[in-house]
Order: sequence, then C-alpha cells, then structure tokens
Amino acid sequence: MPGRRKGLAALTAIVTVAVMAITASFASAHNNKAGGATASTADSLTIMGFGKGDDVAQSRTAIATKAVGMSIDNPNGSFNDQQFLAAVASGNPPDLIYLDRAKLGTYAAKGAVQPLTSCIKSQKINMKQYRIPAVNQVTYKGVVYGIPEFYDVRTILIDNKVLDQTHTPIGWLNPAKPDKLLQAAKQMAIVQNGKVTRIGFDPKLPEFFPLWAKAYGVDILSKDGLTPHLNDPRAVKALTYAISLIDAQGGWKAFKSFRDTWDFFGSDNQVAKNQVGAWPMEQWYYNVLAGSSPQVHITALQFRNLKNQTINYETGSAWAIPKGAKHPQAACTWMKTMTSVSTWMAAAKNRAKIRKASNQPYTGISTGNAVADQAIYKQTYSSINPFFDEAVKKVLDVQRYSFNIPASPAGAEFQQAWTDAVNRVLASQQTPKQALDQAQKEAVAAIKAAT
Amino acid sequence: MATAATTAPGPLVRARRWASGFRSRETWAAYAFLSPWVFGFVVFTAGPMIASLVLSFTDYSVISATHWVGFDNYSHLVHDPKVATAMKTTLIYTAMVVPAHVILALGLAVLLARVGKIAGFFRVVFFLPTMTPAVAVGVLYLILFNGDYGLVNNVLGHLGIHGPYWEIDPNWVKPSLVIMQVWKVGASVIIFLAALMTVPQHLYEASAMDGASAWRRFRDVTVPMISPAIFFIVIINTIAALQTFDEVYTAYFNANTPFGTDATLFYSIYLFQQAFTYFHLGYASALAWGLFLVVMIVTAIQIVGSRRFVYYEGSARK
Repeated sequence: MPGRRKGLAALTAIVTVAVMAITASFASAHNNKAGGATASTADSLTIMGFGKGDDVAQSRTAIATKAVGMSIDNPNGSFNDQQFLAAVASGNPPDLIYLDRAKLGTYAAKGAVQPLTSCIKSQKINMKQYRIPAVNQVTYKGVVYGIPEFYDVRTILIDNKVLDQTHTPIGWLNPAKPDKLLQAAKQMAIVQNGKVTRIGFDPKLPEFFPLWAKAYGVDILSKDGLTPHLNDPRAVKALTYAISLIDAQGGWKAFKSFRDTWDFFGSDNQVAKNQVGAWPMEQWYYNVLAGSSPQVHITALQFRNLKNQTINYETGSAWAIPKGAKHPQAACTWMKTMTSVSTWMAAAKNRAKIRKASNQPYTGISTGNAVADQAIYKQTYSSINPFFDEAVKKVLDVQRYSFNIPASPAGAEFQQAWTDAVNRVLASQQTPKQALDQAQKEAVAAIKAAT
Repeated sequence: MATAATTAPGPLVRARRWASGFRSRETWAAYAFLSPWVFGFVVFTAGPMIASLVLSFTDYSVISATHWVGFDNYSHLVHDPKVATAMKTTLIYTAMVVPAHVILALGLAVLLARVGKIAGFFRVVFFLPTMTPAVAVGVLYLILFNGDYGLVNNVLGHLGIHGPYWEIDPNWVKPSLVIMQVWKVGASVIIFLAALMTVPQHLYEASAMDGASAWRRFRDVTVPMISPAIFFIVIINTIAALQTFDEVYTAYFNANTPFGTDATLFYSIYLFQQAFTYFHLGYASALAWGLFLVVMIVTAIQIVGSRRFVYYEGSARK
C-alpha cells in the first residue's frame, strides 16, 4: 500500500511537471510568435469577425483568397472586442478585422488599427466608388482607417393589409406630419384591456433614436465625433414624440411585451400575421420577408424629417487592419478585392442563381460600393412582384439621403449613453429631458477622457 | 504538562517543526498530490489577481500605452454614480435571492428525504436546471416572464391573478430574476439532502418523546444539525449572487436586446462594459478589486454571524 501511494504521488508530480513544461512551451511559442509569425500562421491571412458566412460571403471569399494567394484563417463568429483585445494583448493580432463601422473610430483613436493611406495608394483603391457616408464613418481626423463593406439603409415598412383594413391613408405614415402619424398609429393599433395584439406604428426605440433626432433637425454627434448634442431641445422633442407614439399604443410595457413575441425570421412573422401596421426597418428585412413570406403585400416608404425631406440612417460593416498585423499587404489586397465591383457582382450573380434554383425571390445586395450597387440591380435583379419591386426601388432611392453617427474616440460609450437614456425614459424612470441631460454629461465625459 | 499545553510554540520552533516534516516520505507525497492544485492556483488565479491589482493603478487598455495613475481609478470608482447604482442593484438582488434559494432548496431537500425510493428520480429532476447553460436561461427568462404572453403570467391568469410585466417593469425585474435563479437550486438540494441524512435519528425520537411538534423538531433538531451545510450554501450563493452576470447580460445587454436599465445594471455587467466595451481595463481592474472587497466584507460578516448559529458536531457551541 505505501508503495502504491508513493507511485501515485510520483505520477502526480510527473504530470504536474509535464503540465508546467507544456505551459512553458506555449509561452515560449507565444514569444516566438510575437517576434515573427510561426510556421503554422506564416502563410495564412488571419481574419477576425468574418466567418464562413452565407453564399455572398463564400463566393467573395473564394475570389479574395485567390487574389491574396494565401490560405485564409477565418474562424466563425462575429467580431468580438474581448477576443480582439486578448489577441492584441498576446502580441498576436489578426491580419484583418471585420466589424461594425461605428466601432472603428474608437479603435482608430486608440491606435489599434492602421491608417490605410499607404494601402489605398499602393493598391490604387478607388475610394470614390464607396458611398460617402460610409467612408466618412471609417475616417477619423481626416485619415481613412477602414474599407466599407455592407450598407444598411432604413425605410418605413408598411403592411398594406393593416393599412387597408383600418382605412389609414398612407400619407399619414410620415414623420413630417407628427399629428397624422400619431393618429395612424392609434388607428392601426389594437389594444384591448391594456393588452396589445397589434402595433400600429413602432418607432423602433431605442435603436433608431438617432433617426428621430435627425428628423427633428439635430445630429446627435458632431461630424468630428467630439461634440455630443444629446440634450439639444430638438433631440428632447424627438424623443418625447417617439415615446408618445408608444404611449398611445398601450405604453412601453404592453408594447414591448407584445413585440417580443414576434416570429421575426419565420413564416409567421409580424407582417404575415398582420401584427404591425408600419415601422422603420433596415433593408435586409425585405430579403427576409421575400424568403419567409413572399405573399405579403408591403410598401416601403422613405423616412422624412419635419421639413418633409427624405432622410436615411445608415450603418454597416467595414474592414480594417490592426496595428501589428503580420501581412498588411495581403490584408490590403483582401479588402480591395472583397469590396470591388467585380467581386460584388460575382456574389450577386451567384445569389440570384441560387435563389432561382430554389424558387426563392432575390432582392439584391446593398453594399457600401455605389458603383457595385448600380450594376447589381441593373444586371441581376429580376422582378419578384410589384410590392417587393417597389420596395427595392425605394431602398435604392433613399441611399443618397444618408447620414450616420460619425467616428468618435468614445463611440461605444456614446452609444451606451443615449441607449441608456432612451431606456430610462421607456421605463418611466426619467423624463426625456432628464435622461438626455444625463446622457449628454456621460457622453461629454467619455469623449473628454478618450481624447 | 499543563504549561506545555498552554504555551504556544514560537515561530522559529514552528518553522523547524514544519521543515522536519519533510524528512517523512508522506509529507513529500502529500505535497506531490497537492502540486497540481497549487500550480493551477498560482498560474490561473493568484497570478492574474496580482496582475489585476497592479493594473488597477494604471490606465491599461491593451491597445494604448499604459500609464501609472496612482489611486485615480479608485477615486473615480467612489465618485462614479453608475458604480453606486450597479452595487445597489446587486446588493438588493443578493438580499433577495440568497434567502429564497436557501429556503427553497432546504424545503425541497426535506421533502426529498421523506419520499423514499423515488428520491433518486426527483434528485435528477431538480438537478437538471443546474445543467442548463446560463445564456439559454437568459433567453428562456424573456420567454417565460413575458408580461402578456409568458407562461408564468398565463398560469397566474388561470388563478385569477393578473401578473406584472416582469421583465420590463423596473419594480419586478429583480423578483423575476430571483425566481429564474432559484430554478437552479439542484446542487444545493443535493447538499442539503446529504446533510439531512447525517442527522442522528435518535435526536428526533427523543424530541418526539418529549412532545415536540414536527416544526419544533425541524427548528431545534434539524436546523442546528445541518447548520454547517446551511452556512456553506449561504456563503457560496452570496458570492455567486454578487457576481451575477451571464443571464442578465444575455437578457438585457446583448447587441440584439439593448433594453438594460438601472434595474438590471449589475456590478459585474458594468465591470464588463468598462473592460471590454470601453477598453478601460485599468478601471475595470479597480472595479474588480472593489467587488472583491465587498465580497470579503459580506463574507466576513457572515462568518462572524455564523459563530452564533452554526453548530459543528464535536466542538463546543459558542
């Protein structure tokens, strides 16, 4: 028995030493990596935030992979700040990151991503082909840090059936006419005994607060990303009005409670089941509807400001090269290829073919490349039905009226500040003025600290 | 003899005694068996803790140059209104969830101890929710507690009760999170059940002969005898509650569910935001040490309090 115990103890000690040795080896390997790429990654272009993706991603990846002439290491999963920071801290940043454009300003301000000036020059990337608002969003202090990819625009999506059933004139669904829109919301909503069974008009709060503020005449952040205007009286007025739309339809609790039950991506979605009259929505949702319930009768309407001018709140993704990337040249080639007109066209043609083969409608692709978009719709779009055809036309039309939240050194804090403010008002914890005053203070402090 | 027993050996003597222990092979064996844990503790716990303590005095952000900022982060922590909000939310939740957890787990364990052969089946049933991933619980929470269409309010509706908007109303968010959390009492039930099995039967028999009611037997026999287990459950659940993160983050602070309010801003969530959304890792380290301090204080209070209530068999009750 003592002999067996001794043996076990020796075994345990050996295992411990082995674990320590393996750990030390990993540490050593890491140090080697910090100095230069190891054999396993030397010939791979590492990409974070861009997984295998759908057919559009895959067909473009195939083209870009060929262009860079390297193998690609792009694990699945969207961009994760924590994962990126861990990679940077370990001295092994990826060669490329694919992320929300709104985040890029913060990374640029902190020096985590490389300026693309030499990349654009050496690869002769035509920046004019990209949509100006998207380029502005990846530009910090006059320097471009990212290449825009997708381009999400927002229109008011209307369920024609609800509109017809409630005899609501479509002209009322216009934020330029606040009284009419409020009346339309009430008319289309169904609220019985405090329980909502149909939303008339969803202002999409907190997410689309910037759109409402813009409609009331204010950009919530200055163009240089350094001065917030969250408690501007026009922003307060915008939030007050958007909240009044919800209050008129059962109040936030009943409103959200019902909205949370929607089968957003399924065939029993809120449009198919006539659970909503209208709401502002990103253009990709037309694609979802076309696939899940192409029989629905919809209309896309531009969002207008109080002066009755069309406005569009755009967001999207971008490519950027982290500081310390081991293959910046290849990364630059990748970005150029992935966002070029020919690559987008190839992906669009492929998608159209796939959709046709599976007898599913195809609504096109909305990219950050204006030239590509024109070509895509001209050459690959084929009629679905009058409702979707008109919606797609409208989506294309509103793109030229775009605005966005500019790049800011404290982009994440700024977004959190206004999101929290809207949520506090929705939860009846503060008035719009109080909430936005607090948000303004928080945003100012965050930007000051970041600069 | 009496003198020898009452005089404590000096540090030098103790050190010599400790060193002389290494003459024995069994001492080496003991340290060899302990070595994996010691190694893991040093590398994965103590090391990062020391690192975070150092970082808490810097403006570390991973991606920018790091500067020594002295006690600035701690000063900011004291004056940051969101820290006070988050701590208040966390403490209120802890004060609600720990008693609820202990009472429910103990109640279920007492019932299980009486059901005989099918106790094994129920043990498995009660333990299953513990196996459910926290993220799934967060999503499930939103579905179950939906004000108008959730299962919870549907059941209440059948009983003639109009349930609140649990997951939206700031006044009901914490109670609903508590209910969701006590769903996972399985592990505590198992511990309580094991403790209940160790209570000597003759104590019940004696008290029954003295005419003690069932409640009296539970209060004066069962509870004192399993008080170490109760104490253990209270301590670990208090620490876990003070670190609440996963379910709440999934339900309220995910990119797809940006509906978090002060009522759902838990301390660990604010810490996470500072670290991985705003890249203030130095400040987040200070927040982590702030939480550590709170955990230590709460635990110390519980330990001091336990001296009065916890009975260890074989030791004199204080």
